[in-house]
Parts: sequence; structure tokens; C-alpha cells
Amino acid sequence: MKIAVSACGQDLESMVDARFGRCGHFVVVDTETGECRAVNNGINLNSAQGAGIQSARNISTQGVAAVITGHCGPKAFRVLRAAGIKVYPGGGGSVGDAVAKFKQGLLEEAQTADVEGHWS
Amino acid sequence: MTAQLIVAVASGKGGTGKTTVATNLVRAAAAMGQAVSYVDCDVEEPNGHLFLKPRLDRRQLVYVPVPEVDPAKCTACGRCGEICRFSAIIVIAGQVMTFANMCHGCGGCMLVCPEQAIVEQGRVIGVVEEGRSGGTGFVHGRLNVGEAMSPPLIKAVRSAAGRGVLTIVDAPPGTSCPVITAVRDADFVLLVTEPTPFGLHDLGLALDMLKELARPHAVVVNRATPGNNLARDFCRERGVGILAEIPEDRRVAEAYSRGELAFAVVPGFGDRVSGLLTSVLKEAGR
Repeated sequence: MKIAVSACGQDLESMVDARFGRCGHFVVVDTETGECRAVNNGINLNSAQGAGIQSARNISTQGVAAVITGHCGPKAFRVLRAAGIKVYPGGGGSVGDAVAKFKQGLLEEAQTADVEGHWS
Repeated sequence: MTAQLIVAVASGKGGTGKTTVATNLVRAAAAMGQAVSYVDCDVEEPNGHLFLKPRLDRRQLVYVPVPEVDPAKCTACGRCGEICRFSAIIVIAGQVMTFANMCHGCGGCMLVCPEQAIVEQGRVIGVVEEGRSGGTGFVHGRLNVGEAMSPPLIKAVRSAAGRGVLTIVDAPPGTSCPVITAVRDADFVLLVTEPTPFGLHDLGLALDMLKELARPHAVVVNRATPGNNLARDFCRERGVGILAEIPEDRRVAEAYSRGELAFAVVPGFGDRVSGLLTSVLKEAGR
């Protein structure tokens, strides 16, 4: 399966970005093959509002089954759920570490947003 | 004397004395026989009524239009989501989602929907209240607590204000959409500052904003103290005129603490504000 990790850089050595909506990139990793590539999210990094919504839409076009991030707010969570993408908050360290933890089943799937929204 | 003029009282920093200056200007104008209206556009914290004590007799709810989608007509083409700058509507996995709190009410999604699947629904953001304070017209807006979108309410407050009179607009602080909405059609803007580094820093931001808006303006220094030339130096450097300096005076603060206009109760204050009004009318060229 393919999973996306909100990241400060573009590869497995990059740190996980705790911010879902305003991360600079998503690193998309295929958990079977280990193949990875970066998806630019810079346009949402600087948006006035709706960064979480647009980031969720952005990553939903990449065919991923799950997202690993630091925190996920209510609007992004709603969009990700509608797109059938599972959310694993609490990711830290490098993207590679987070993917390894995910594969070992050490990350817990969120059932709701874990932080408050900015506008609602 | 009948001046048909819109004078906005603004500042960068909050708490510099916008409402004090605006309400006392209104009283000065009335004392000069001028037909005048006070318009409180500080809709998050409207306080002018505490000093002008109007009788409010008209009340009107203000709505912003938000999209409602008919799922039977929607084909999930995604054009609504493409045009929305505010992410208030989005198509994801073949379904359309809306976020009413994000919507600025522009109506763009309804215009581009090829299926006419989107209709406007109203969402209440606040209320406009109108009345009179003696012979003075009074309008203010109250934004619902927690509401992020104040400009549509500020526009409603502005358009409720009477025409053909001198209009004193009490603007919100800051330099973003709310204050811009309040001052953009003003004939003249008075920027109230305090002579402190904090006050002058934010005055500088407000001056930058007015340069963008190309509105004629001048500064009022509030709580001026002898020997403090910070504001004078700053204004000279920025090439902006000072129309009045209101001295720091405990009696003004005491009147304020009781909800009274200093105009009526502090000796000398009324003359100073009347002088300011005369200067504004002269500067505004009418």
C-alpha cells in the first residue's frame, strides 16, 4: 500500500512535519517496494485559509491509503475521511522512522481530529 | 453648515482612543449645528453606544450567502472547488463538501456550476442596529461571537448610515480587511496614536495601508505629554501632518471610566475637539 507522510523535506531522511495542512512536501512511500517520491505542497504552505482542506485534496489524488502526520484538524480530517484515507497522527523523527513504526503497527489510527480548527 | 463628508477614525494599534475621538467629534459637530451621524464599524467590540447612549429603534440581521448543493443535480465536476479561493467548497472522491465558516459569500461557485446544482442559503453573522442620540444619527454592528467574517457586516453598517450629513466612522483597529472595509470610501481618515514606540510602530503600518488605499489622512496624538516628541518626530519623518494633540489628563480618563463624553465635562477638552473638527473639515477641502 501507498502511504503519505507530511515532511519538512523530500526523502526518507527528512523530518516529519507536525503540521498536516502547511507541510512543504508529502513523501509518498510504497510500503511493499520501499519506493518513495515527494509531492509538493508549497502552494498550501502559504495559503490564507483552507490549507488543511486543500492539502487533503492534494494528497487524495496520489492514491494513498493512509497519511502519517503530527496533527490533523477537523476540516482536513473530514476531507481525508471522505476520500477514504486513514489518518495516523503522532508521527515524529524522520520520515523513514515514521514509516517503519507504521509498518510495525506502532502508530494508532485517529478516529477524530486531534487538534482544533482555526476558523470554526 | 452642512458638510457631506465621511471622516473615518482609525489606528493601527488598539486602545489608542479611536472611540474617544470619534464620539467627541460627533458631539462637537452637533454643538456646531452640523447634521452628523456616528457609525461604529468596530463590530467585534462596538463601544460608541456606551458614550452616545442612543435610543436604538431599528434592528436588522445580516446574512452571508453560503452554498447549498443539490446532490441530485451535482455531477461532481469540481468547477466550484476550482474557483473557490477560500476552500469553502470542494469535490473529493466524487462528492461535494462545503465548509460554511470558510465562505466569503462571493457566489462564484453558483455562477460556474454547469448543472445549477448550487443555491444560496443565508448564514447570520451579526446584526445592524440604528437609532438616534439626541439629534445625532447612530448606527453600529454587532458581530456574532466566534464569527471570522466581519467585512460583510461592516459593509451593511456603512450602507445603513444616512446620506447628506457629516458621517464619523469609528473603524476597527489593525490594517487588514475589517479596517479597509470601514475606511475605503472615507473622504478623510484620522489616525489616532499614542506617543509610544508601540503606538508609533502600528501607526506606521496604518500609514502604509492608507498609502495603498490613497485616502487623505492626518494624525491625532492622544495622551500627549510635555517633553515627549516621539510622535512629532515620527510624523515629520513620515511626512504626515498632526491635526491635534490631546494631552494626557486624568479627568478625561475619569469621564471615560464613567461612560461620559469628555466633551461635556472636562474644561478645555471640548474646544480642542471642536478645533480638530474645524481642521478636518478644512483639510478635507469642503
